[in-house]
Amino acid sequence: MMEMEEKIKQWCPAGGLRVEESGERVLVVMADDLENVCRRLHDDTEEPMDYLRDLVGVDNGPETGTLSVFYQLESARTGRRLMLRCDTRGRDAEGALLPTVSGIWHTAEIKEREAWDLLGIRFVGHPDMRRLYLRENWNGHPLRKDYDMNSNVLDLEAETNADVTEEFDLMADGTLRGHENVVFNPDDFVVNIGPQHPSTHGVLRMRTALDGEMVKKIDPVLGYIHRGIEKMNERLTYPQTLALTDRLDYLSAHQNRHALCMCIEQAAGIEVSRRVQFIRTIMDELQRIDSHLLFYSCLAMDMGALTPFFYGFREREMILDIFEETTGGRLIQNYNVIGGVQADIHPGFVSSVKKFITHLRGIIHEYHEIFTGNVIARTRLQGVGVLSREDAISLGATGGTGRASGWANDVRKHHPYALYGEVDFREIVYTEGDSFARYMVRMDEIMESCHIIEQLIDNIPEGEFRVKVRPVLKLPEGVYTASVEASRGEFGVFLVSRGDKVPYRLHYRSTGLPLVHAMDTVCRGGKIADLIAIGGTLDFVIPDIDR
Amino acid sequence: MNQAFLDYYSLEPLTGWIHRTLCGVMPEDWAVFLEGLVIGVVILLAYALLAVVLIYMERRVCGAFQCRIGPNRVGGRGGLLQVPADVLKILTKEIIRLKKSDHLLYELAPYLVILASVVSFSCLPWHKGAQVLDLEIGVFFVLAASSIGVLGILLAGWSSNSKYTLIGAVRSGAMIISYELSLGITVLTMVVLSGTMSISGIVESQAGGWNIFRGHIVAVVAFIIYLIAGNAEANRGPFDLAEAEQELTAGYHTEYSGMHFGFFYLAEYLNLFITAGIATTLFLGGWMPFHVAGLDGFNAVMDYIPGIVWFLGKTFFVVFLLMWIRWTFPRLRIDQVLTLEWKYLMPLSLLVMMVMTVFKVFGLVF
Repeated sequence: MMEMEEKIKQWCPAGGLRVEESGERVLVVMADDLENVCRRLHDDTEEPMDYLRDLVGVDNGPETGTLSVFYQLESARTGRRLMLRCDTRGRDAEGALLPTVSGIWHTAEIKEREAWDLLGIRFVGHPDMRRLYLRENWNGHPLRKDYDMNSNVLDLEAETNADVTEEFDLMADGTLRGHENVVFNPDDFVVNIGPQHPSTHGVLRMRTALDGEMVKKIDPVLGYIHRGIEKMNERLTYPQTLALTDRLDYLSAHQNRHALCMCIEQAAGIEVSRRVQFIRTIMDELQRIDSHLLFYSCLAMDMGALTPFFYGFREREMILDIFEETTGGRLIQNYNVIGGVQADIHPGFVSSVKKFITHLRGIIHEYHEIFTGNVIARTRLQGVGVLSREDAISLGATGGTGRASGWANDVRKHHPYALYGEVDFREIVYTEGDSFARYMVRMDEIMESCHIIEQLIDNIPEGEFRVKVRPVLKLPEGVYTASVEASRGEFGVFLVSRGDKVPYRLHYRSTGLPLVHAMDTVCRGGKIADLIAIGGTLDFVIPDIDR
Repeated sequence: MNQAFLDYYSLEPLTGWIHRTLCGVMPEDWAVFLEGLVIGVVILLAYALLAVVLIYMERRVCGAFQCRIGPNRVGGRGGLLQVPADVLKILTKEIIRLKKSDHLLYELAPYLVILASVVSFSCLPWHKGAQVLDLEIGVFFVLAASSIGVLGILLAGWSSNSKYTLIGAVRSGAMIISYELSLGITVLTMVVLSGTMSISGIVESQAGGWNIFRGHIVAVVAFIIYLIAGNAEANRGPFDLAEAEQELTAGYHTEYSGMHFGFFYLAEYLNLFITAGIATTLFLGGWMPFHVAGLDGFNAVMDYIPGIVWFLGKTFFVVFLLMWIRWTFPRLRIDQVLTLEWKYLMPLSLLVMMVMTVFKVFGLVF
């Protein structure tokens, strides 16, 4: 780590490098050096930091007069993680500027739009500085600490999306000049796929330019169900924030909550019992099987095969019953809490899980017989929607999507948490990068998850299922992060504490946002029918994008 | 050949008697007009009734394939009143007029589709002596009449003034026009075997054995090609890309509501039935009973089953085959659909027709 920092220091001629270490270690870079540092980190020959895990904007408060952006980097080769911070000079239109990194990591294209939308940080040189979630005529930026909650009246007029976007360039004399970039030409045949569409898996809208049946360009329009969860978190005590994690990606409810609990426990120095670790790991894997079964169902239905849809739901029902037995919930379980889990496992839990795994192993061949082996399914998936490994990393397409492109990115394997360091499992990696590989990754992962659960289910140790934690928890000042492998990619928690009983900023790395962003790259040149099938194999869930 | 058995249930004496009686009390033109009216009403009733039966069958069959029960509440355990209830509901729904559509074409389209379907429906050989339209060029007429349907679909998609419907209509047009080729060629293959284009003639020619047995391997291949092409003609899965729910929400009929949508829906099911009915006529002997050469006792028993039972039985069997395919396969993509037709099915059907002609000329068929 030290030599890395030494190296970075040399790349910062303008302002040097400051290291802050409260919670996570953060390297503070000056805005003038940012582009150079990022470029060199990305192009490093030994340890290229080619994966931008997340880009988070934080308001440092009106009294400091600055805004910050945190860049969480990881090297796909070695798995080394690094966090950079860069502050703006001011908070007004001229001061809240940072150079864009969207030319270095493609995923920054959409994440910088998010930071602009919610915090009002303008990224100079970003080709598409439109708002991401809010209406184009929205006043102010909600995650600013001085944002007036009454500054926007409810607007029921239909919004017309502009076909052009703005890019800002910094002139030599320090002034900012904007020029327009075209999203869609007037003679493009643009079809709205969504927001109410059977196969966008939620309220997502993709403006799709077509040439006959061919997809020319996709522009995702997000925010239809944005609930401002990150804004709400700034008013909620730590135990209260947990309730909202299940409402992100509802098919990764356990894993999301696991990540937040881990982050808070680590910040507060709470040690959970081994029994809890077992329960959390088993629940995470059951949730993964649940999600992948739903993936199978929805993909089959997206491709017009309605019968396999019911196969997936038949087995998923059994998992939901198991969840219900122990947690009381089927979709939203509210199970993990800080210091443990809400309730001990049901007396019948072990036997019903074992029964389910035996059943699933016996019946999974039906899935392959009706769909995997089907000649139409194969021709529709094989060689379609190829995402290269470089693109997958650059776009931050984690989870099964990245692993289908040959990018070994399983957080469970590379940054083990809970019991994943102790169990034996295979990281499923395919190299083709097409829709079929994405499909097969998930199907194989179902079996791997069964394998993990089988190793744990008989050995759940006795112990406390929950340690006593004060209801009002104050975390020491600092920056804390945690990440887990959720059902469809890396789910991250980013927490800034100022020592209060509520988080100063609590941000979630959405697993779906990079996947929706990848749609344009993957679908170009494909047919409309491919677009739907690719959307199915990328497997995004909207509430997690519209946090 | 002894065809006496065919006359047990022949309706010709009955219809002839009715006609003569009517002519006795009124001029012949009037009699024909009156008969035509009655027959028209009967056809429309049969059409509606069969649609209800087919929709119910589809829901039960697909329920069985999908590990569920299907309709089972309305009207007792079998859910028999579910479909009539749905029909009543759709009849009472408002027909929405779109502001920016081409009103004339928009409202004409569903009628064209249903018209094509009813006219082809009238050509089916239900029973000996109970065929409504029996032209010398019957098969040709069916092909021509059913082609009007694609015009309705194209108009529906175009006049709705929506991008989804337009894409759906163009897909449907491209697909149906392509598949009409192999459909037509396989039908011609069977015409070669039977030596006539009249539908009743084709059925009569199979008294000694169904075409699928007489033409052996060649006929079986033709039958499979016919089923694939016919499935595509009926716009049903895996060829339902014209209305591909997951891509185009509902394709060409996205903007239709109430009974106008109902007409498209009805036509889809009846087209399925017509496809199966023509398959039965061409390959499975129409209303002809099943005979095994040499087993006279068995054959005599078969003869006692009325022709309409045979026809409906065979047709519903083919319908079941098509439903089985629909509920098992994912949907094809437009380029795959066209590749399948132009690169594989059409050349193959041409070959089949040539082989059949050669076989027929040299007497290699039974």
